[in-house]
Amino acid sequence: METGILLFSLVAVIVIGTSLGMLISRNAVYSALFLVLNFSAVAVLYITLGAPFIAMAQVTVYAGAIMVLFLFVIMQLGAERLEDEWKNRRQHMLAILFAVIFLGEIFWLAILQSGLPTTALIMPPSDYASPSQIGMTLFSNYLLPFEITSFILLVAIIGAVVLTRTEIPVKKPVVRPGKE
Amino acid sequence: MVPVSYYLALAVIMFFIGIVGVLVRRNALIVFMSLELMFNAANLVLVTFARQFGAMNGQITVFFVMTVAAAEVAIGLALMVVIFRTKHSIDIDQVNSLKG
Repeated sequence: METGILLFSLVAVIVIGTSLGMLISRNAVYSALFLVLNFSAVAVLYITLGAPFIAMAQVTVYAGAIMVLFLFVIMQLGAERLEDEWKNRRQHMLAILFAVIFLGEIFWLAILQSGLPTTALIMPPSDYASPSQIGMTLFSNYLLPFEITSFILLVAIIGAVVLTRTEIPVKKPVVRPGKE
Repeated sequence: MVPVSYYLALAVIMFFIGIVGVLVRRNALIVFMSLELMFNAANLVLVTFARQFGAMNGQITVFFVMTVAAAEVAIGLALMVVIFRTKHSIDIDQVNSLKG
């Protein structure tokens, strides 16, 4: 078997296994750790797809920052074991049924019927998606979306601070002498 | 090397697991993690097609998806902290005050 296919199957097994582990695990901390492993495995897939910069961003942003935020919130709330019994069994069955139908539909339309080439991906040119090329594209063609993104992040910071603020400081009436 | 459809199939399976997580789990944090999984599947498809067509646009889009996902997680977790303060639970079945 070819090494590329072998590597892909290994990583794919890790990705699917960790996704299922995240879904099934009772403890939210375990779910978060499974998801960290999942993101790292997907980063390996990005490297095989010729996107090393995206892979590094995936590891730092997703596996690093976002999941650490998740873990902090889980531990702060002490919410790792909130659901012990699975109520609503009928609803679960219905949800899984519809999800399976959706899965089959997507497989049928996007993979079997789409007429994508089944040959292997060709090797890209050597400077494809190098960090310098990504930077050039990002700061020339996509400059306005980039700036809007910074605004979105600013709004998110302010929103998070405002939402989680515990007490609103009471304004004391200002006493102005000589006004009465 | 590996054909495109393999990557697509993997992304579809990840998306499917994410959907099941959102529909079935009741811990709001796990629902959020399933959302992240679905974002990740979409990113994988974008990078795959960027490679297929030798274009960069897909990879740039992945950057923006990551950024918006980070903002969304920050706001969502803040909301969750607030809901936990008032309801003492983040079970999404408890957040039904609007139910008639």
